[in-house]
Amino acid sequence: MSVVFDKPHALCDVATHYCPGCTHGIIHRLVAEVIDELDIEGKTVGVCPVGCSVMAYDYFNCDMIEAPHGRAPAVATGVKRAKPEAVVFTYQGDGDLAAIGTCETVHAAARGENITIIFVNNTIYGMTGGQMAPTTIPGQITQTTPYGREPAVQGFPLKVCEMLAEVDGVALAQRVSVDSVPHIRDAKNAIRKAFDNQIHKRGFSIVEVLSTCPTNWGLSPEQSMERVRTEMIPYFPLGVFKDVAVWTESK
Amino acid sequence: MLTEIIISGFGGQGALFAGKCLAYGAMMKDVEISWLPSYGPEMRGGTANCSVCLSDEPIGSPLVTEPDILIAMNDPSVEKFINSVKSGGKVFVDSSLASTEIARKDIEVYRLPASQLAEEKKLGGMGNIVLLGKVIRECGKMLFGIDGKTLLDAFAKIIPAKRAALIEKNVAALILGEKY
Amino acid sequence: MEKVLMKGNEALAEAAMRAGCKCFFGYPITPQTEISAYLAKNMAKRGGVFLQAESEVAAINMVLGAAAAGVRAMTSSSSPGISLKSEGVSYIAASDLPCVIVNVQRGGPGLGGIQPSQSDYFQATKALGHGDFQMIVYAPASVQETIDMTYLAFDMADKYRMPVMILSDGLLGQMMEPVVFPNVDVQIPDKPWACSGHQNKRPHNIINSLYLQPDVLERSVNERFERYELIKQSCTMAETDFCEDAEIVVAAFGASARVAKSAVNAVRAKGIKAGLFRPQTLFPFPVEQLNKACGKAKVVLSVEMNKGQMVEDLRLALNCRLPVEFFGRHGGIIPSVKEVLAQIEQIHERIE
Repeated sequence: MSVVFDKPHALCDVATHYCPGCTHGIIHRLVAEVIDELDIEGKTVGVCPVGCSVMAYDYFNCDMIEAPHGRAPAVATGVKRAKPEAVVFTYQGDGDLAAIGTCETVHAAARGENITIIFVNNTIYGMTGGQMAPTTIPGQITQTTPYGREPAVQGFPLKVCEMLAEVDGVALAQRVSVDSVPHIRDAKNAIRKAFDNQIHKRGFSIVEVLSTCPTNWGLSPEQSMERVRTEMIPYFPLGVFKDVAVWTESK
Repeated sequence: MLTEIIISGFGGQGALFAGKCLAYGAMMKDVEISWLPSYGPEMRGGTANCSVCLSDEPIGSPLVTEPDILIAMNDPSVEKFINSVKSGGKVFVDSSLASTEIARKDIEVYRLPASQLAEEKKLGGMGNIVLLGKVIRECGKMLFGIDGKTLLDAFAKIIPAKRAALIEKNVAALILGEKY
Repeated sequence: MEKVLMKGNEALAEAAMRAGCKCFFGYPITPQTEISAYLAKNMAKRGGVFLQAESEVAAINMVLGAAAAGVRAMTSSSSPGISLKSEGVSYIAASDLPCVIVNVQRGGPGLGGIQPSQSDYFQATKALGHGDFQMIVYAPASVQETIDMTYLAFDMADKYRMPVMILSDGLLGQMMEPVVFPNVDVQIPDKPWACSGHQNKRPHNIINSLYLQPDVLERSVNERFERYELIKQSCTMAETDFCEDAEIVVAAFGASARVAKSAVNAVRAKGIKAGLFRPQTLFPFPVEQLNKACGKAKVVLSVEMNKGQMVEDLRLALNCRLPVEFFGRHGGIIPSVKEVLAQIEQIHERIE
């Protein structure tokens, strides 16, 4: 009997703690598939954030480091500078990357740090029970914006890819989604490019993946996917905001 | 024996460098030494001073509060440190830049227009080394036998080879002070 | 071996490179800046990494990353900057990672001043960060000792897999003294736990400080404290001077010990039986050495450039069997030999 579908080797054979319907599982799988396909598991070091994916060190089969909240890009910098031959990626949520870790993110980008960042944006703090995130959309109800995010009071969400596209050290800034099969396919291509850039020393690559949080959004998994399409994508448009590789090739 | 020295002037006058030359010279004579700079937010133009201790025993506090020798390269330095000089101590003043009167009679004061002397010989900015030359001549014993020769060797150590021209100038300035 | 004249900060930087430090991450702050400047100039030439981080927070986390990758890593700062690093230090300790952290202390609290101080004694020895953990803390008192302790710090960090601090200060960092770099063959142990890629030869390594099961977390902390016990038994260091018959033992560490030493020498010349006790490790505190040094003592006088932070450790180490008095200057003021001498004389008159 031929095997037609299998777990990627780069994913550990364990059950994850993620809530049902959460898209972390899909994103983990895409990252693992890319690691398998590029055959880099043996030289890859992953850095996990604080947040829902804090325990990703138990899910990826490569060497894994758990960083303090928001500091994954700094930790990844340390690893990469110490061992330039390693392939280093961080896996971070919106609170981790775009609130408490904004400084580390922007400066790793500005240095053109040759690392790969997988940025999972679900517009909410999931692990702590659904508070406002730096990416919470205006009007969105969370535990700490019980009447909806009011820009006059809580300000506006941060559009990370658009912001980083302006930073010289960035090789790739792309926003993708995993709400549909075509989008998942695009997401995987973007993640592969982000790792490929690192292997070819092109600099800092970030892939922002729009993700769901059925538990804290109070929606079913299906409704959650629908919200990605109707509320998130209009605010956080998908697309390539910067791609040095394309620019170089077309030149 | 312990000899405690303060060298003080405006930032840029080379007070710290003069101290460093002395410290290097002492090290080459196998004398115990410490060199401690004042440091502050003024990078240029503020007051700068350093404490240099020379001893035949390991040095305790490197901070000089009562110097045996004071080298003062401007008026504020004279005013700040003159009363702390030990009785019987020696004070060297660059008289081309400092004119403050010194009332104390229990110390020996040497005034020489060091900056002016340097300027005249096209050794601008080397008043510090001219003063050092004078110090060497007047303080032989207190300096554990550090002499002109020792400092010549020290210059060669401190000044990088690519700026070797400066060695000659420092030597000239040192001799100027020694002969004054 | 050639004697060279060097600033404490530069000597420390040179010693770090010679001790096999591969990565340095720092952020500019007075009075430690010469360490960064020296390494910026020399690190890359010798195959190492110097990187100026965007913040103290980033710097300590870069150290975490490099240490996790298995290389010798260091950061340096001065008091306010060290406070910013405290989060990272806690994570490093909890992740059992070796690294060296240098604090060239200046006056505090707050922005404080930039002149020498020793007011981070509590921070270094009691709690540089949240949670139950300790660091080995070395307190050099000369430029030569700064060098020797830098080598030691890297070795101990690797041996016990923990952060080690060199607690220097503005005086020691800025002063120059003649030094000799020891000719040692640096041995860096294998680090099979490191995260630098498993090369498909072993299961993946995880470096982590999260333990959601209370019993597992307790076990991990207990294991660490067992290591601290070993350290307490084998790593304490102290220097004593004239303590055999001393009735007044002056206790001082780092820069203030230099002043205390001069004062003790001066009162000895006057026939006062004073001695100097200088802890070289502040954690572990040299309890045994102190008790031995205080065999004939009637009073202990702690001389510090702070408000008396070592006094508690002295009392605890002596089990309160002797009065521990305190004299200190702070805010960046270095106590003068005269002041300390006067304190000793005063105590002498009182106990005679």
